[in-house]
Amino acid sequence: MTVTAAPDAPLLQVGTLTKTFGGFTALDNISVDIRKGERFGLIGPNGSGKTTLINCISGALRPQVGSVVFCGEDITQLPPHLRARRGIARSFQIPRPFKSMTVLENLMVGLDFAAVGSSLPEEDVAMSILTRMGLASKAGASTDTLSQVELRKMELARALAVRPKLLISDEAMAGLSSSEVDEVLDLLISLGEEDITIIMIEHIMQAVMRFSERVMCLDAGRIIAIGAPAEVMANKRVQEAYLGT
Amino acid sequence: MNKHRHSIAFWAGVAIFLVAVLSMTQIVRNEYPFFAGYVILQFIALAVAWSILGGYAGYVNFGTNAFFGVGVYTAVGLFKATGAPLVVQIAAAAVIGMLLGFAVGLLTLRMRGIFFSIATIALAIIIETFVMNWRFVGGAAGIQLQRPPVMAPFDSYVKMLFFVQALLAVTAVAIARYIQNSRIGRGLQALRDDELAAECTGVPTLKLKLVACMISGALISAAGAPAAMYLQYADPSSAFNLSYSVSALAMALIGGTAHWIGPVLGAILLGSTQQLLAVTISSEVNVLVLGIMLVLFVVGAPKGIIGLLRPRYRLRAGGKP
Repeated sequence: MTVTAAPDAPLLQVGTLTKTFGGFTALDNISVDIRKGERFGLIGPNGSGKTTLINCISGALRPQVGSVVFCGEDITQLPPHLRARRGIARSFQIPRPFKSMTVLENLMVGLDFAAVGSSLPEEDVAMSILTRMGLASKAGASTDTLSQVELRKMELARALAVRPKLLISDEAMAGLSSSEVDEVLDLLISLGEEDITIIMIEHIMQAVMRFSERVMCLDAGRIIAIGAPAEVMANKRVQEAYLGT
Repeated sequence: MNKHRHSIAFWAGVAIFLVAVLSMTQIVRNEYPFFAGYVILQFIALAVAWSILGGYAGYVNFGTNAFFGVGVYTAVGLFKATGAPLVVQIAAAAVIGMLLGFAVGLLTLRMRGIFFSIATIALAIIIETFVMNWRFVGGAAGIQLQRPPVMAPFDSYVKMLFFVQALLAVTAVAIARYIQNSRIGRGLQALRDDELAAECTGVPTLKLKLVACMISGALISAAGAPAAMYLQYADPSSAFNLSYSVSALAMALIGGTAHWIGPVLGAILLGSTQQLLAVTISSEVNVLVLGIMLVLFVVGAPKGIIGLLRPRYRLRAGGKP
């Protein structure tokens, strides 16, 4: 049964989330609401818990304490594929393409299993996503012939094939040149204009500043700052976390 | 449209094959071709069934012999207890094989790669030990079986078994083909490449792995069920012989696992070579030939025969195009 949320309710509510690995606390009592259509930036030094947080949201990890509520439904205990079907899609920090498939077939997986309610033939939908991402010419190519930026775009395209309400981009720009960063960033911003809520993890600060409506900074599993990008950047604790004291 | 035409061609081929098999049993007098042909058909069924889990899903099952032996002993136990006809023996073996497949499927929750393979070997040893100590079916010494009278239109039991095994092989191929062309096949391929990415793209990986294990297990056990009647004898060390695992795996890999035709070609090639060698040299040399061919193919044609024939399948099988 799907629960219809009130129109002004947040799309995603993360409540008092705690995740430990043995004696190490990766996430410590994290609570955050993300509005529908928001472009949300997630920053923090290495090991601060950013990827753990999105793993808990996408279902790759289950938290010990706390809840994840999506569109008014508690999804804390759901496996990833059911979250994908409800509209949560993600890319991976290190690209994880389906290597034995062509680029087009990679997208077909999401269309086959997660996307619902499209009347168009799947291949047309997949092609239109690829065209949008500038990968149309690579549709029939094997994924190991793709360049780094093409792989990143393919991961985003595959996430879009799931028809997400929430798209989580985990360092989609790592290792790209500055012109490529702009290219991917423009794509993400244009997706945001289509009512897809986006959480972006990124280390490249210009990208985060340009993209985000709101930024959250994690350090050692805790939220140390959340708010408008300029505000967060000016925060003393954020600067300390990044530069060291 | 094209898919539709392929389907017609496939089912026409199946019909022609079965008619040919049936008329062969009516025309040919000599029993030897059926005796040898049965083994080749059995290996087609085993290799195709193995590749549903080992090829499409990428979980290398080394316990083909566990499923095979369970099929044999389901048939033996049922026959001894109730005198059930062959069809019932095969159906029961398929059901038990499916249950065993479910158990193996649960192993995939925690184990991948080599660890999964080792666990399946252990499973075979456990079940074999159990059967060795099961007096009712003869224990370690084995059991002699008296074949019931043969059914019309066949004039010998071996010919009938040959036809039955042809049906089982065709069933395995038809199911493998269906999976390959359906979204189950795409889902299995995705989880073979990357299980987490598949989950996050909406693929219900556990469910698909369980389905693959259960279908593969049911088909292997079903293919094993007639073996007791074929040999008129069953004993644990032959029914659970590791060579079934090695052969099924080698035939599937040598044929290529990206398309259902691969294991079929592999089984025909290796199965007939083995039969030929058993007659001309000795049955011991089989294993040697199997090993040499596997090494040659792994080095020279890692995507198997179909990888050599159709470059397109090299990609699907996980290599460079």
